[in-house]
Amino acid sequence: MESRAVITRKQNTVERGETRARRSLYWQYVVEPFVYLSPSIILIGAVMLMPLIIGISYSFQSIELLRPFNTGWIGFENYAKLWADRKFWIALENTFWWTFWSITLQFFLGLGLAMLLNTHFFGKKLFQALVFLPWAVPTFLSALTWAWLFNPVIGPLPHWLTALGILSEPYNILGDPDLALWGPIAANVWFGVPFFAITLLAALQSIPGDMYEAAEIDGASAWQTFTKITLPFLAPMIAITVMLRTIWIANFADLIYVMTGGGPANSTQIISSYIFTTAFRRLDFGYASAIAVVLLILLMIYAVILLVIRKKLVKV
Amino acid sequence: MGFSQLKRPALVVGKYAAIVFYLVFALFPLYWLVKIAVTPDRLIYTDGTRLWPSEFTLSNFVAVLFQTDFLSYFSNSLIVSLGTAALTTLFAAGAGYAFSRFDFGGKKLIIAIMLITQMFPLLMIIAPIYKIIAGLGLLNSLTSLIIVYTAFNIPFATFLMQSFFDGIPKDLEEAAMMDGCSRFEALRKVILPLTLPGLGATLGFVFTAAWSELLFALMLISKNDTMTFPVGLLTFVSKFSVDWGQMMAAGVLALIPSCLFFIFIQRYLVQGLTSGAVKG
Repeated sequence: MESRAVITRKQNTVERGETRARRSLYWQYVVEPFVYLSPSIILIGAVMLMPLIIGISYSFQSIELLRPFNTGWIGFENYAKLWADRKFWIALENTFWWTFWSITLQFFLGLGLAMLLNTHFFGKKLFQALVFLPWAVPTFLSALTWAWLFNPVIGPLPHWLTALGILSEPYNILGDPDLALWGPIAANVWFGVPFFAITLLAALQSIPGDMYEAAEIDGASAWQTFTKITLPFLAPMIAITVMLRTIWIANFADLIYVMTGGGPANSTQIISSYIFTTAFRRLDFGYASAIAVVLLILLMIYAVILLVIRKKLVKV
Repeated sequence: MGFSQLKRPALVVGKYAAIVFYLVFALFPLYWLVKIAVTPDRLIYTDGTRLWPSEFTLSNFVAVLFQTDFLSYFSNSLIVSLGTAALTTLFAAGAGYAFSRFDFGGKKLIIAIMLITQMFPLLMIIAPIYKIIAGLGLLNSLTSLIIVYTAFNIPFATFLMQSFFDGIPKDLEEAAMMDGCSRFEALRKVILPLTLPGLGATLGFVFTAAWSELLFALMLISKNDTMTFPVGLLTFVSKFSVDWGQMMAAGVLALIPSCLFFIFIQRYLVQGLTSGAVKG
């Protein structure tokens, strides 16, 4: 009898607690999280999402600040102009090469650095701090520094490249339409290697050590250990990092704008720098927005393709 | 690990060659920047590609600090970057806390939107933002830059803060709430002191991001007295493109705050960046 009384009393308290919980459910699930979230949501909505929609609508309008009386809706005229714009197609091709070489070089140099940092050697902490430093250098300054390094008047690079027989004489490759894109790529690789190294290092450190011990006992060579253990473990991280970085690099116009301004003769113009020069120099907002919408669509297609490939790989 | 086979001499030599290569690759450009900045102007051409300056001077720094507008650019940038870092960290801490501790309707949608803002070309909104800010009469003001940068940095900072909150056991604040604290009191008294390193790291990331931003600042600021450092330096370069020593001295000065913050956040890099990078 006594024990039953205890049980009913217990049930009572539980029930009372539940009603209180139910009353506060509304507060907890609907109101309270948004108290913490609202400043962020409002700001992102006002500064990013609303302008995004306005930007898409701009691409169907003629908005040139230099010709203020020429505004109005023009349908797909900006896009038709874009289709016939030779500069746009050059920029598209340059975007491909810029992104491809930047990401490839960043990735392999970053992987090498991460594997190096995953070993033990004297002074490793200091080494790590020093090699990660370029990541902290402001992008405009990386761009200027590399532009200066490529300048034969004050920079050593043209002289060294000549001594190595790569250049016939020490001149500025940023002024040579055939080679100019390599200037910003070099700056981008320098700036981006630490990021890859950091992400890959974290992934490397998550590989359980006994895997390597087991491989060693089985007499695996260093190459076998790398291809059979390290790479498979890193693969998911590599896939996602490369995807995110590709999108980021394709959007990244600062280096090119500062180092070459897209020149000479549009040989370094990529789509994102073309958007910026169209908006900033020519103040043609309608056309700039149309280019931006096309870039957005291309990046979305790219992301979808990658996600599909990734899903297929995971299934197999 | 993984390199326990590294006992063969060729591999050891290779390893140290790689160490030297990465060091030179990372540091040489910065070294050159400093080298030209401390070389007297008249020696820049004769010194050429010599690795060590034959004479040393600080006159370029003195000239940059006292004869140009760089001090004003510097303080403008400092105001913008500190303002952005403080606001972003405050808002992102709130949002990160909400993501970490609550389950609520629309959570997935909000996270998805934040991820999308990290993907689309920011330049896409440069024209609309210019028109909106011009319409509000806020062109050439540091406030508009702070607002715009804060919004840009919130998504990444939120994911970063969320990962720091996720690392703190829920029991801690539940215990405090049992003892009669409200949730906000528990957050302020129990959780916040534990996330101080996380807050510091977020402040550092956002500060460096705001300090480097160039394109929106170029678009929104055209008056000399509100120019931030990147805009000022670029204007200086295009106007006085032969004054190498002064330009590089200005560059070295721009490097200092970022480097200080970098040293400060260095130890959070591997944990912080990866958790943020994977998600955002």
